[in-house]
Amino acid sequence: MDDPTQATRGSRTAPVIEPGYTFATITDKISSIVLTRPVSNGWLVGFGVGFLITMMLLYAMGYLFLRGVGIWGVNIPVGWGFAIVNFVWWIGIGHAGTLISAILLLLRQQWRNSINRFAEAMTLFAVACAGMFPVLHLGRPWLAYWLFPYPNSMNYWPQFRSPLVWDVFAVSTYFTISLVFWFIGLIPDLATLRDRAENKWAAIIYGILAMGWRGSARHWKRYETAYLLLAGLATPLVLSVHTVVSFDFAIAILPGWHTTIFPPYFVAGAIYSGFAMVLMLAIPIRKFYGLEDFITQRHLENSAKVMLATGLIVAYGYAMEAFMNWYGGNPYDNYLLWNRLHGPYAPIYCALLFCNIVFPQVLWFRKWRTNPGLLFLVSFVVLVGMWLERFIIVVVSLHRDFQTSSWGMYYPTKWDWMTYIGTLGFFMAAFFLFIRILPMISIFEMRTLLPEAKEVKAE
Amino acid sequence: MKKVPIYGLMAEFDSPADLVKAAHRTYEEGYRKIDAYSPFPIEELAEAIGFHRSGVPLVVLVGGILGCVGGYMMQYWIHVINYPINVGGRPFNSWPSFVVVTFETTILFAGLAAVFGMLALNGLPMPYHPVFNVPRFAFATKDRFFLIIFSSDVKYDRAATRRFLESLEPRSISEVPS
Repeated sequence: MDDPTQATRGSRTAPVIEPGYTFATITDKISSIVLTRPVSNGWLVGFGVGFLITMMLLYAMGYLFLRGVGIWGVNIPVGWGFAIVNFVWWIGIGHAGTLISAILLLLRQQWRNSINRFAEAMTLFAVACAGMFPVLHLGRPWLAYWLFPYPNSMNYWPQFRSPLVWDVFAVSTYFTISLVFWFIGLIPDLATLRDRAENKWAAIIYGILAMGWRGSARHWKRYETAYLLLAGLATPLVLSVHTVVSFDFAIAILPGWHTTIFPPYFVAGAIYSGFAMVLMLAIPIRKFYGLEDFITQRHLENSAKVMLATGLIVAYGYAMEAFMNWYGGNPYDNYLLWNRLHGPYAPIYCALLFCNIVFPQVLWFRKWRTNPGLLFLVSFVVLVGMWLERFIIVVVSLHRDFQTSSWGMYYPTKWDWMTYIGTLGFFMAAFFLFIRILPMISIFEMRTLLPEAKEVKAE
Repeated sequence: MKKVPIYGLMAEFDSPADLVKAAHRTYEEGYRKIDAYSPFPIEELAEAIGFHRSGVPLVVLVGGILGCVGGYMMQYWIHVINYPINVGGRPFNSWPSFVVVTFETTILFAGLAAVFGMLALNGLPMPYHPVFNVPRFAFATKDRFFLIIFSSDVKYDRAATRRFLESLEPRSISEVPS
């Protein structure tokens, strides 16, 4: 295996970890962010803003519980609106975390080791944001537990032939597995923090969480086996989640929804937006916490390449969708295409094409791909574009279906916006907390990247 | 179990290569009740101390099978036995519709089996362990590598084992009080 501290494929590619680090300096550098670094004003401002926006979310939720979904812009024919747009968008973002931590692990991509931890945290928070929306959209959110099969005196069960029930199982399994995968990965690092912490309470809390981890060879062997198997299980799981989400649409007969291309194109779109979010988090983090040696140019470039590839799959999806609408000869499908291009939501469709297909083509050029500022901008544009895509899929198909008499328009209200922006604030606040109290880069996996760790194999 | 004042003898090494070499030597010397500690996983280390089968895959397999069979049976029982409803003329046991949830419960049970099986086989959580009595052991989660010979080993002899460990040229040797 090649040495990750060395640049490969010619001198223009950056190494995965800058040379000159030892086991001790890696440990100190990552754990000091949590243990000894004082709370900075920048962190306080960031967390404070996220916290305030979270309060706005709670306010919007409280009012929703009081008045019902009528405060939102949803009505017949568009009964799904922002809630489902945001649900699909958020859950897609989560996919990159699992892709990085599980699929790239199975593919032995060493560069994943410095970004998997915070990408997994991103997954958890994104899925938490996503999970709020369908529940809030239920109308009677306090009865959300009816979605799960549990014995009850009403002799009532969920309908397992419904994709909406599949979704409940897919998303809750995804959240659970992501959570345990993330926590398992944290255990050895929690033990490191337990042994490094100077504050007694910090040592006790990290100690409880580390569960007495002592790094025994037997433990490591079982640990590695379990971790690898979890990665193997999470890989089909992550591909299944957005597939099942797309079934929510594809199983219906509405023009624009009833298509077999949805599962792969949803998964590609999910990874596309997820890597955009990874870059939007990684670029400021490496700068403010001085982690350029661990999250190097290589990570940014590789993520950009994944974005470019998945973006092209998404573009293919759009093209095929349009082609099949035309070639299929179904007048309703034909109309859907016309309506997307010329109907009342046409500007949104054009913006989506620009954000998801046109603008990200700058990533073809290495000069731009390695420019963090530009990458940040591209990621932002892609996230906006993917959100618009979800909007087009949900709203444009619903607002004009088969019968002209049932057409209508959808306009979000301020409560829609407050809930959506509120989840962004929640995500931000949770992420700020995460980088302060847990190691955002996997310390023990970074140690394995050092040449000293590989000497064993050489002998 | 008889109470032993000394839990084992622990040697500290600087590099993973030294530790693996020392672990091999110790195993060859005939010591069987040994363990090694490192700040990151070293594949060769488990082999060196004679630990080959982790037992985790079997637990995961059982979990996966339980999840798969249990998930399908739950849907079958609900839709065929307990509360059959005719939906669009489909058979009560409309298995293609049950595939997704069966798949998810398989993954869920197998994944949880991996996590809890690994923890259980490792005997975690275990807040107290004698090796933590050695102050230097705090570096086992940073940049030091440790080898321990337990006093319960048949070949263990306080003086002879210490001499043997010294021959491995460790950085330091400490007695682990139990």
